[in-house]
Amino acid sequence: MKIHEYQGKEILRKFGVTTPRGVPCFSVDEAVKAAETLGGKVWVVKAQIHAGGRGKGGGVKVAKSLDELKQYAGQILGMQLVTHQTGPEGQKVRRLLIEEGADIKKEYYVAALTDRATQKVAMMASSEGGMDIEEVAHSTPEKILKVFVDPATGLTDEQALYLSNGIGVPEGSTAQAVDTLKKLYTTYMETDASLAEINPLILEGNGTIKALDAKFNFDSNALYRHPEIVEYRDLDEEDADEIEASKFDLAYISLDGNIGCLVNGAGLAMATMDTIKLFGAEPANFLDVGGGATTEKVTEAFKIMLKNPKVKGILVNIFGGIMRCDTIATGVVTAAKEVHLSVPLVVRMKGTNEEIGKQILRDSGLPIIAADTMAEAAQKIVDAVK
Amino acid sequence: MSILINKDTKVITQGITGKTGQFHTEKCQEYANGKECFVAGVNPKKAGEKIFDIPIYASVKEAAAETGATVSVIYVPPAGAAAAIWEAVEADLDLAICITEGIPVRDMLEVRNKMKAKVAAGGKETLLLGPNCPGLITPDEIKIGIMPGHIHRKGRIGVVSRSGTLTYEAVAQLTEIGLGQSSAVGIGGDPINGLKHIDVMKMFNDDPDTDAVIMIGEIGGPDEAEAAQWCKANMKKPIVGFIAGVTAPAGKRMGHAGALISGGADTADAKLAIMEECGFTVTRNPSEMAKLLKAML
Repeated sequence: MKIHEYQGKEILRKFGVTTPRGVPCFSVDEAVKAAETLGGKVWVVKAQIHAGGRGKGGGVKVAKSLDELKQYAGQILGMQLVTHQTGPEGQKVRRLLIEEGADIKKEYYVAALTDRATQKVAMMASSEGGMDIEEVAHSTPEKILKVFVDPATGLTDEQALYLSNGIGVPEGSTAQAVDTLKKLYTTYMETDASLAEINPLILEGNGTIKALDAKFNFDSNALYRHPEIVEYRDLDEEDADEIEASKFDLAYISLDGNIGCLVNGAGLAMATMDTIKLFGAEPANFLDVGGGATTEKVTEAFKIMLKNPKVKGILVNIFGGIMRCDTIATGVVTAAKEVHLSVPLVVRMKGTNEEIGKQILRDSGLPIIAADTMAEAAQKIVDAVK
Repeated sequence: MSILINKDTKVITQGITGKTGQFHTEKCQEYANGKECFVAGVNPKKAGEKIFDIPIYASVKEAAAETGATVSVIYVPPAGAAAAIWEAVEADLDLAICITEGIPVRDMLEVRNKMKAKVAAGGKETLLLGPNCPGLITPDEIKIGIMPGHIHRKGRIGVVSRSGTLTYEAVAQLTEIGLGQSSAVGIGGDPINGLKHIDVMKMFNDDPDTDAVIMIGEIGGPDEAEAAQWCKANMKKPIVGFIAGVTAPAGKRMGHAGALISGGADTADAKLAIMEECGFTVTRNPSEMAKLLKAML
């Protein structure tokens, strides 16, 4: 689960990391009031959307007067902000963060994430802050330092010092940089984050280390023990169909093709999508109905797939293990009738009660195309939508 | 022979009294030698009782001491699953198989590091399979987990995969063309897990009753590439490889900082290329896994 920058900064402050003072706002009036309350002569107006690359897209502006601030807030609030992470349609800006200006002397990059290979927490730091870190990793990988942290010991002073010195934090600010790194690690662990990234972490003219940005991603498996983080969820930032699917315990991701897929199991679902591509078409979605699919779940899955106007055909691929093929077949027939299915439907089912399932499909009177293998199913649906 | 388990393996079920645990314990008992294999259950509140004629003990340690069991299978719900794994490790079992899906990553990080520290300090190593996996099966001998038993057939092909249903797909293809399986292993789809592809490939390589292997992977993480490099230098048996996720969108499963650390080598195309370079027969058509393997025997 992702959250907004201002929410990430709230979390960081709770764990003792220094950030600029700021106020989240939902209107231009609120933005002006926030600036007056903050005081000073310079403010930063920052669009709050979940995607990165906001500055380049025109979603971050520095205002040097209240008039400028009002103008920028009006421009940014409600705009379709397009960044390299939003896709060409962009994301509507509904919230702003008004922040006091910062005296940036140097920008660094720091982040915590879980490393699968070592099964430890990787703490990363770079002197190249404020830039796209993927670009840094690609062109100058030696400028990214990493240490791997055992959860039993936590980030040690030696490790934090290695990172701080390695990215060139001046001596006078080392203690605060080390402290910030250790607090970032604690924040990462205590909140069950899967990514905690500060880009940039800045050095101010007076030597203060501050988090100028905050990007968090949280482990959805652990949200049950973090009601305070669940409260940060912003449904406006998520795909409406994916939210609808999650209510029925369906894993759904919309894609760009025209063949809807309904499969049980994530691996088989990906393999089915790949097979569709192999036969010359593109999948319209990833949809894993999981292990305990009921008629209701299958019906909802059909409804969600068919909401996508690009869908010209549907491929159902089920490997019946614990879930029996006859249950799925009944669900498919009920769903097809309920939604008045008007696009071609190919069903491939294998495993437990396969024959009963196929009989149910044949007896339904629906024009369902049967297939024996994944490849045959893909070939048939690709032909049917041509 | 087979890998990890056989008809003489004695199994403890952790979480035997829950709905999932009960359902699958009954199916496992019904399969092949299951009645002899599933000898104990654990639930501190129901110690002394029985379920399906299986005695319930208060702890894994006690269950192991009383029955001589060396393997446990875990159906405990996510919030307590990592603690259940640790209980199996503290009882010095040979193998813990964790079926549970949805365990917080931090819990797995902590328990995996504790397991490694125990071995480093000279303690006995307990292997972990999973979590979020279907388990493993040695056909006609023993099934530990949630896979449908009837699609399997005894034979000489090994199967290893992260995904449950994709394992079944490979097994069903093999059985259909007359090739049985020595063992089929689902290592699970979680980012922090126990046995990896490389570990299972080593076991299949050493198993005199396995002639060839189907290795199935997915996008994300470095495991398949690592296994492929090992196989290039050491594997004496033919391998068919498939990676799911050629069409999966980038960034949907893992944040960009995750892709950063594995250096972009974790797309399906990159993994397929490495596997091919390491001597695997790779396919982009998952319906052909068994057929390709048969042609190599």
